[in-house]
Amino acid sequence: MTTAVQSSWAALVGNPNSGKTAIFNLLTGLNQKVSNYPGVTVEKKTGQTRFADGSKFYLLDLPGTYSLTAQSMDERIVTEQVLNWIHGHEPPGVIVSVVDATNLSRNLYLTTQLADLGIPVVVALNMMDMVKDEIKIDLDKLTNDLGIAAIVPMSAIEKWGQKELLEAVQKSIDTAFVENPFPIFLNDNISKVLNPLEEIFKSQLRYNERLAKAQALRLVTRQSTLEIYDEMSVNGFTADEAFMNTLRDKRQAAVDLLEDTGIKHRIMEATLRYEWLDSVLAAAKINIDPQIAEANYSENLDRLLTHKWVGPAIFVLLLYFIFQSIFTWATVPMDWINRGVGWVGNQVLNMISAGMLRDLIVEGIIAGVGAILIFLPQILILMFFMTILEDTGYMARVAFMMDRFMTMVGLHGRSVLPLMSGYACAIPGIMSTRTIDSWKERLITILILPLMSCSARLPVYTLMIGAFIPATKVFGVLNLQGLTLVVMYFLGTTTAFILAKVFSLFIKVEGKSSFVMELPPYRTPLWWSVFHQVYIRGKLFVVNAGKIILTISIILWFLASFPKVDESTINENPIRTSYASKIGHTIEPIIEPLGFDWKLGIGLITSFAAREVLVSTMATIYNVESEADNVVQLKDAMKSDKHPQTGMPIYTPLVAISLMVFFVFAAQCMATFAIVRNETNTWKWPLFMIIYMNGLAYGASFIVYQGGLILGFG
Amino acid sequence: MTLFDLIDGEIATVHSFTGDMELESRLVEMGILPGIRIRRIKTAPMNGPIELKVRDYHVSLRQDDARNILIQQ
Repeated sequence: MTTAVQSSWAALVGNPNSGKTAIFNLLTGLNQKVSNYPGVTVEKKTGQTRFADGSKFYLLDLPGTYSLTAQSMDERIVTEQVLNWIHGHEPPGVIVSVVDATNLSRNLYLTTQLADLGIPVVVALNMMDMVKDEIKIDLDKLTNDLGIAAIVPMSAIEKWGQKELLEAVQKSIDTAFVENPFPIFLNDNISKVLNPLEEIFKSQLRYNERLAKAQALRLVTRQSTLEIYDEMSVNGFTADEAFMNTLRDKRQAAVDLLEDTGIKHRIMEATLRYEWLDSVLAAAKINIDPQIAEANYSENLDRLLTHKWVGPAIFVLLLYFIFQSIFTWATVPMDWINRGVGWVGNQVLNMISAGMLRDLIVEGIIAGVGAILIFLPQILILMFFMTILEDTGYMARVAFMMDRFMTMVGLHGRSVLPLMSGYACAIPGIMSTRTIDSWKERLITILILPLMSCSARLPVYTLMIGAFIPATKVFGVLNLQGLTLVVMYFLGTTTAFILAKVFSLFIKVEGKSSFVMELPPYRTPLWWSVFHQVYIRGKLFVVNAGKIILTISIILWFLASFPKVDESTINENPIRTSYASKIGHTIEPIIEPLGFDWKLGIGLITSFAAREVLVSTMATIYNVESEADNVVQLKDAMKSDKHPQTGMPIYTPLVAISLMVFFVFAAQCMATFAIVRNETNTWKWPLFMIIYMNGLAYGASFIVYQGGLILGFG
Repeated sequence: MTLFDLIDGEIATVHSFTGDMELESRLVEMGILPGIRIRRIKTAPMNGPIELKVRDYHVSLRQDDARNILIQQ
């Protein structure tokens, strides 16, 4: 055991909803780095801050957890990190355990586990602003009884206590660590049973007394603790097969002995720890007999907000408001970005003489950056609302209300908001699936989310409906054009739910879904913390997804602009002789059964940049120049395009419907797959999505077009 | 009886757990141990999950899981 290491960094550990993120943001400001733990999609957040004397020190924000035994992906990260520390791999100088002062016993459970590790623990006793004045906590006694370095009362909401917290952290780093005995009383029976395991930990892994006892207790309680020791290596010692067999056998022997004496080993650690903790809290004059019959303000609010009928109605109204804002507020900044990108492009056009480099910069790089930035307003607005809903505690209520319906289709209560935001844009929707704590349901939500018709499909629907669907009335009231649009949205949504059910039957992912979910008290959001989180998300998107989007847009630019031909010798548009056009002609036989010709083929390729690019590509092909009314002209150009041999129109209403159905399902927006790659940490799932979505698109369009021909709609 | 049978608004004491071991581990780590008192607050819309008050906090769990928690009234 190395306890003398004076690391100048601290780990932030705490229960979900303890205000850990707010404290992290309060201490580090915007000085944060977000990355993923290797191989998993759990965020690793590090930040930097300074002590009062100006010396730098680092903070690591670990995922929220209720205990040190691994269950969810987030918790496994904490468990593995902690095991690394006690085996001497870069342990922190101090652990800051964030505790919700209004919910002491459950929060301190984790703290008592941390206190066994041989690393100084400082408790950040958060939310003191919510604690009623009549409750006086004897902090000195509590600090002493728990065997920790310090307890610092604070309030992230009212922004006080952070200075004292930093002082306590610095002091405990500078002070020599004092080892306390294992504080929990173990009767003779249990001591005897744990002893063989304790001895192994002491002799082979060099654990001290307290840690050896704590780990022995945990190992007997939870089978999963065994797995994390497998193939672990520490101080030149490797947990080989022989060691693991010994550990396994001794554990089994202990479990058998306990069963004989009637002790339930699976709840042993929690029972002993809570019994001890409750007695410590009682001694520190804290009321441990909470009035469970008493309704607090949150419960009173919930009489309305999660009411059987009123609750869902309020939620629908709120959703309507949020999406209305995304559509309306985002248009202005999106317009600025569009103009800004256009302006920069023009500047470059004027600065650099014509040539390949200029084309690459303007049509490849600047257009690519534009394609990234254009999503930013929608992402930021949606993230803003999602963060507020999460931080106020309302999101947990949404999950609570919607869970029944969502589990019927194989999803999770928390899938609702990400799916709904897919109607605006799949990218922020996929990013917000992080609030789903079960990996299987989160993955399925990501997989089906792009089937919700996003706003980028609208220009395509608008063009095709405007050109080929007559504005006649159906049943005397419904407009056929509007009805067609509704059908497209309905088609995507229904298919998404059906596929969710199908995927849930076939995808096998480790870890069972559970829904033991805390409904935290309603709290006013911390505005600075909300803005921090939105900023970090936005930055993450621009940097990570941006790289992939930029690469693909340069490739697309290359395909659409090469090979270069001497423009004076031909009177055709360059795109008609490009590689993209060659690919369009090559794939024409494949897409012909769907009713598409080579020109739409080019459009399908370029729309991999973004769905709405189809419109501008068709405009380029038909040489429609005028900016303002190009859609009108494009409609006419497409309607009057005749087949060179037969003289029949190339595009018919049936082709238009087939194309729209194709766009409902097809995997087109590269930014989506860049973000899926980012969120799932592998190319496997984005590739799977591209294959299944395009397969679905092809099949559905085939049925629509060929079926339509048979029925005589040609 | 199980927590599933408890009527909204009533208080009971946890007796023991059956079935799913992962659920049991999760509950005891959150301090929902044999002997602790709980109040069933409500059932979610569409007969969904249930909401409980235990210790100083509110927690929800699915009705299927509630069948695995034996209680005494």
